[in-house]
Amino acid sequence: MLDYITSYLSSNTTPGQAGNVFWALVYIMIVFGGVSVAVMAMNWLERKALAHFQIRLGPMRVGPHGLLQPIADAIKLLTKEDIVPAEADKFVFWIAPLIILCASFTVYIVIPFGPTHAITDLNIGILFMLGVSSLSVLGVVMAGWASNSHYPLIGALRSSAQMVSYEVAMGMAVVSAILMTSLNKTGTGTLSMIGIVQAQQSQQMWFLFKFFPLGFIAFGIFAIAMVAETNRAPFDLPEAESELTAGFHTEYSGLRWSLFMLGEYAAMIAVSSIAVTLWVGGWMRPFPNWLAGETWDLVFSLIPGFLFLGLALIAFIGVVRMPKHPYFRIQTIGLAGFGAVLALIGLVLFVPPVRDRIQDIFWFVAKVAVFMYLYIWYRATFPRYRFDQLMRVGWKVLLPVGIGVLILTAIMGVLV
Amino acid sequence: MQPVATTFFFCFLSGLTVLSGILVITQKNAVHSALALIFGLLAQAGLYLMLYAPFVAGVQIILYAGGIMVLFLFVIMLVNLERSQKEEQFNKQWLVGLLAALALGGLLVAVYVKGGELFPEHIAQPIESSNTQEIAVMLYGNYMFAFEIASLLLLVAIIGAVVMAKKRI
Repeated sequence: MLDYITSYLSSNTTPGQAGNVFWALVYIMIVFGGVSVAVMAMNWLERKALAHFQIRLGPMRVGPHGLLQPIADAIKLLTKEDIVPAEADKFVFWIAPLIILCASFTVYIVIPFGPTHAITDLNIGILFMLGVSSLSVLGVVMAGWASNSHYPLIGALRSSAQMVSYEVAMGMAVVSAILMTSLNKTGTGTLSMIGIVQAQQSQQMWFLFKFFPLGFIAFGIFAIAMVAETNRAPFDLPEAESELTAGFHTEYSGLRWSLFMLGEYAAMIAVSSIAVTLWVGGWMRPFPNWLAGETWDLVFSLIPGFLFLGLALIAFIGVVRMPKHPYFRIQTIGLAGFGAVLALIGLVLFVPPVRDRIQDIFWFVAKVAVFMYLYIWYRATFPRYRFDQLMRVGWKVLLPVGIGVLILTAIMGVLV
Repeated sequence: MQPVATTFFFCFLSGLTVLSGILVITQKNAVHSALALIFGLLAQAGLYLMLYAPFVAGVQIILYAGGIMVLFLFVIMLVNLERSQKEEQFNKQWLVGLLAALALGGLLVAVYVKGGELFPEHIAQPIESSNTQEIAVMLYGNYMFAFEIASLLLLVAIIGAVVMAKKRI
């Protein structure tokens, strides 16, 4: 048994490929826990960042700077009354949030956080991701229909039309990136997520800058389509609150509603990591060619530790700036404790074995975090599209441009 | 990696397929039928995976479960479900149906009994990792002409749909 557990550590593959069930389960637990924590953090960050965009403070009451707000929200949602409309289709109403949740969490099986840090490496990886994440539209449609009410139904119809049409443009952009993986000596490309990043490694270039500006345009199409695909502002027509109350989840409350939220944010992280894998070099650190050599490797491997130390410093500045009133004493202690935990994590990240193992995960997560911040930024700055404008952008702009980019990429691939 | 518990997964997936197939025709509500069909298609994707055809499985999920069934549901939601629920579900031609079922069942039993002679002795072990490449070589190399004809047919269908839907073009 112990041999079985330790034998994986010396092998240089993902647990899925090594066929090691124990480590696969461990990885699944870590990814599931990590994504759930990331969703909570994203929830806090979104409210806080939106507030600062609008010159407000955002959550400030629960914990220092509202840090415990997501936990308070979670407790509130869990203890809320769970209402099922009398005329609703009970079974479909019950299963719809579960389908969304399963669809958005299943895709994490193939997301490569590092060359060996993925649950498994399917040779149809990207196809699997697109397919399973497209299943979440079924959950939306079922939720809207089962509620047996007008706003949810209109929301579901909008959502299905929107997701089906943007999937096409998204597919074109993805295919042009996959075409780029085949530009090697053997001429065979790959659909595996790890293989795509390795192709960028061997071609010594992010696909974002490949055949400039073709890779850039394909990435742009994907970046727009992925916002529409996850029903986020400015494409949040299915849940446009000024028109449809809350769209397809109007009738949901309590735990089931929170499952929708969890699924939505998990899907956002998942599509962001597709974009990171396909165009922005996955787990690779920035400038692996220009700034090559052992010194630069060391410098870049120290960044995670220093980042956490910097965060700890910000927390301690917050401690100093806290009002000196006795009412704030608990909050001050809490913030100091949070800063101490961050500093401790930062120090642990300096230890050489940890540093080497955590590096690729850090760069992957950092790149995904940029995309997550962009989501908040879009929501704060762009006005919502009208539905016919949305359809026009999808079918008359993104799709033709996507096909054009695909054809040009193929031509360039033959010429080069 | 060696496959694990193949018998269990085969029985599970094929049982799920048959069960959801029965549910598709017995459910009174059209949306429930469509949902059962989705589960059937997903189970079929699992069966393709067991046949070492991961590409076909992925395409099955994207096209059928993710694309076509969403359009199905889209249309079903727009039609009047109240009226269709009162309509008769099965027509009374049970004699013809029984004959057809017997003929199909007989065919299946015959294939099962005589199967040993029909199929090659050794099971060809397809290479899972190059499944996508092999399909590509087949489609764009060996059967290029047939493939292009098929896509032309689809183009004709699209043009036909547009002509029928639009009064003025």
